[in-house]
Order: sequence, then C-alpha cells, then structure tokens
Amino acid sequence: MEIFEQGIGKVFTSPDADEARAHFKTKSRIMTNKLMTLKEAIEKYVHDGDYLAIGGFGANRASIAACHEIVRQGKKNMGFAGHTSTHDFQVLSAGKVFNRCDVAYIVGLEARGLSPNARRYMESGEVEVCEWTNYALAARIKAAAMGISFLPARNMMGTDTFTYSGGKKIKCPFTGQFYVAMPALWPDVSVIHVHEADVYGNSRIRDITIADWDLARASKHLIITCERLVSNEEIRRIPYQTQIPFYCVDAVCEVPYAGYPGVMAYEYFSDEDHLKEWLTVEQDLEKLKDFLDKNIYQCKDHLDYINLHGGAEKMMMLRRKELLLNADKT
Amino acid sequence: MSDYNTMELMICTAARELKDGASVAVGTGAPCAAAMLAQKTHAPNLLIIFEAGGIGPLLPEMPISVGDSRTIWKAVMASSMTDAMETFCRGLVDYTFLGGAQIDMYGNINSTRIGPDHQKPKVRFPGSGGANDFGSFCWNMMMLTPQDSKRFVEKCTFITTPGYLQGGDSREKAGLAKGTGPYRVITNMAVMGFDPESKRMMILSINPGYSESDVQNNCGFELLKAKKIVETHHPTKHELEVLREQVDPYRYIIGR
Repeated sequence: MEIFEQGIGKVFTSPDADEARAHFKTKSRIMTNKLMTLKEAIEKYVHDGDYLAIGGFGANRASIAACHEIVRQGKKNMGFAGHTSTHDFQVLSAGKVFNRCDVAYIVGLEARGLSPNARRYMESGEVEVCEWTNYALAARIKAAAMGISFLPARNMMGTDTFTYSGGKKIKCPFTGQFYVAMPALWPDVSVIHVHEADVYGNSRIRDITIADWDLARASKHLIITCERLVSNEEIRRIPYQTQIPFYCVDAVCEVPYAGYPGVMAYEYFSDEDHLKEWLTVEQDLEKLKDFLDKNIYQCKDHLDYINLHGGAEKMMMLRRKELLLNADKT
Repeated sequence: MSDYNTMELMICTAARELKDGASVAVGTGAPCAAAMLAQKTHAPNLLIIFEAGGIGPLLPEMPISVGDSRTIWKAVMASSMTDAMETFCRGLVDYTFLGGAQIDMYGNINSTRIGPDHQKPKVRFPGSGGANDFGSFCWNMMMLTPQDSKRFVEKCTFITTPGYLQGGDSREKAGLAKGTGPYRVITNMAVMGFDPESKRMMILSINPGYSESDVQNNCGFELLKAKKIVETHHPTKHELEVLREQVDPYRYIIGR
C-alpha cells in the first residue's frame, strides 16, 4: 500500500495483530473469582515500564482510586494513553508515573482550567509525546478491540497534529479518497471504573461508555474497580446490561467512590472545591509536596482519602447534587 | 437595549447561527451556553451531541465537562465517543464551536503548544482533544473567541485543528471531507466569515462600540471586508432574559 505522508511521532506500542493474538490466546476463558484489593491488583498487574490506560473521561467515571494507588506504589517509566485525560492525568503527573505519552487531551481540566503541575511536567522535556486526537485514540483502541492492526479515519489530515503523530496517510482502494491509518493500540494494562460488577468481572456501566467498550477488549490486562459488587445471578438476569464480559477482566476490586473527586453518573457529582484545591496547591511545589503526602502517600486506601474529605456526609451531599435534588441549595 | 456585556453579546450572536432542526457538537463554556440559549429560544429542535457520547440531553445546567453526567440528563441516549464522532464523520452534524490559543487567516487553530521544540515546549496546551475531529468532520466550524493580535496571528506555531489550511482548495486536497470548514468567527469585536474563493477571513459585521479599524488593529493579519459591513444585532430582551435566568443563572460564563 502506498504511503502518501507519515507523521514523525513514535508509536509506543506494537500494532501487530498476531502479537496481540498470541497474548489473548493465553488469557483464561474460565469464570474464576478475581476479587482482590486495589492494592493487590495494582501490585500484580501494573509494572514499571508498562503502557497504561485509564477508562472514563478524566474526572468522569475515571478510577481516581487506581491513579492514587499507582502513585502510592511509586510506579515509574510507564507509557500513558492521554485520551480525554484530565484529573487522572493530573494525579499521574504529580507522581511522575509516565515518561511517554500518546496525547489527545492532556494538562487541562476542561472548564476548570489548566493544571500548573501537569503543564510543568509536560514542558520539562521528561516526557516523550506523540500527538493524536480524541477520535484518533478511540479509533486506535477500536482497531485493537477488532483484532486488526489499523483503522482508517478521516481526520488529522493537513495539520501539525498529523505531522507529530504516528499516523500514515493512505488512499482508499475503492474511491481514491485519503485517510489516516491509525495503528491499533493494545495497552498492557487498563483500569476501568464501573457501576456494578460480579466477582468474575462481568461489568455494567450506567453511563456514556466513552472508549471503554473497546478499551476493555483491547487491554492485555484489565482491572475493574466497581461502586458495588452484584451477584452473578443478577448479571444473568439482565444480560443486555453487561458491557464488559468476564474474559476481558483480570482483577475485580470493590472500591465505592473510586471516581471521587470526579463524577459518577447517578451516584455522586464531582467535588469542585477539592478539584479547585488541587489546581491552587499545584502553583507552589512545596505546598504540592505536602498536599500529595496528605492526600495520597499517607492514605492507606481510597476510603482513607474519602474520610479525609468529609466521608459519608460529603458523599451524601455529592449524591444529592448529582441527582439535582436541590436539598442543599444555598 | 444596550444593557448587556460582551460575553452576553457573543453568546447571543452564536446562538442565532444555530438553525432550528440542525445539530451541533458542543464543548463546555460559552459554546454550550449558546446551544442552550438557541434551544430555549428560536431552535427548540436543535440536536445537541457531546463527543463523549451524550446525545440529545435536556441540559438542566451547564456541564463542567463534555463527559460529565449533565450531558446525559434526560438524554435520548448515553452512547460512546466512537458513536458520537462517527456520527459527525457520517455528515450528520451541522455546527460546532471551537476556541484556541492562536487562529490564522484561514481559520486554522492552535491548541497544542507555543515554542519551537515539540518535545520540550515553552507552553504546553491540552492538544486536540476532540477539536481536530470536530474541525475535520462537522459541516460548519465556528470559533467563539476574544480577539487580539496575539491570538489572531499570521501563522500558527502549530496547526492543531484544520481550517482552510493554506486557503483555496487546499483543505479538500489534503483529503478532508468536501464542503466542510470554518464558517464564522465570533469575537468581542466582530463577526467574521470566509471568502468563498480564497478562504481568507472576512469581516461581516462589527459589534456595537467598535470600528473597522479596531477590528483590524486587533488582528495580526489583513482581514478582508464584506461588500456591506453591518452592525452586529443587539441581543433582544427575551434572549437576555433566557440567558440570565435559565441558561447561566450563576453567571459562570456571562460573569467572566
């Protein structure tokens, strides 16, 4: 196939479909109990140097609990899928967890502003970057979920986003139209936060799925954090509600409020005060160090962190806010 | 009626561009306020789609994130990013609004970096996010942005999102979908369109209180002028009431 142009960005992961098949050939097809603590799951499945993806959308149904645990365990030199990443990126940047990054959206927290520390990290030269777009990374993950080595997409052409990407411009053999070939992305490990899962990993998401339907299937190893465990009977009662089947999953961790301080649809709204505190504290490196000690390194687990920020009472308030019950209107 | 601020004028101007029965891909902030205002005034059938998968919500308040739970409040579907983006790519989305750190005369946008070294930039911005996708797929791309000559530049340091690229037919030649591209640039000073041949930015109307030279002096490249430049319409009393009371009661956007 003729290549008309190609980006100069580095493709950090192999897009080879046969290599991926060789891995998935070894994955268990048996429904076994995969329940463990998040600490155990991160110890077992997240390794220095691995390529990591976090499901959800930054501060929406993102497993912030997992990001904290990864930072707490001092993981280093990872690759990271900067796909719709906001608060997750901020946390992982604070821990200097990754040294290479596929960029679609990083550094910012959307309407809340830019993270001073994540910016500092990305401007330091310590992190190698390759540019993409939100759809480009979603398409790369989709190709991986399909078990193929690339997907054509009709974006990025003519821009520097393409020049600094790892994409290649090709021509459709049927119409002669141009497309960018997006190399499949198979992360070594991903963490997806869901509403409900059984101990085998069958999972339900009551929300937009963003790229998670494909990410679950593309990931070589997958850790599920869930708001609550349900029985396998419950999963089998309404099978059309299952978005992720057990055979994609390696670990199941019951972590209520794992998305805090972000949003979990129908469960709790984001803690905007605390997210603002992050952005403010980050302006000063000394203050950030103390803040990280207090909020991450000295916390045993996510529950510890939740209790530090108002515990059950705070979560009840955020639930009322999420459901717009207006009980706390001031 | 002159009792309004610049942001209110920009949002009302943007809202009017959204025709009833059309579809719009929006982000957070002012674009979302414009879409909500349009839906609550002249365009009740405006279809709002968020890139993360929120389709047709009845927004109760402005989302903080394009993927937060408000984007599926009373929505017709909680879908996925690939579904939303592929809907744009199929040609089903008419409008989108974007912003950026730099914009040039062909409507190309930079939201990636300032400085020459890509691996060690002077200033790192978020990158494309969905912007390049929106700018590639949607029929009419609009920009809602404050105007000054630092932002409106001769040449973007980095083209994150395609406008008309180098002008003329360069956009289509690069492979982007036929008939798509920048449509309006709505600033605090004026509303700009694009010349159909050269694809260069062109003044269409000037906001109350500004002159043609103000608009040109706050732009780093030469602006073309429409045959007849008019004054941008003032917001109506009704638009302002809806914007202030229903769209942004806490003045998150219009209070800026």
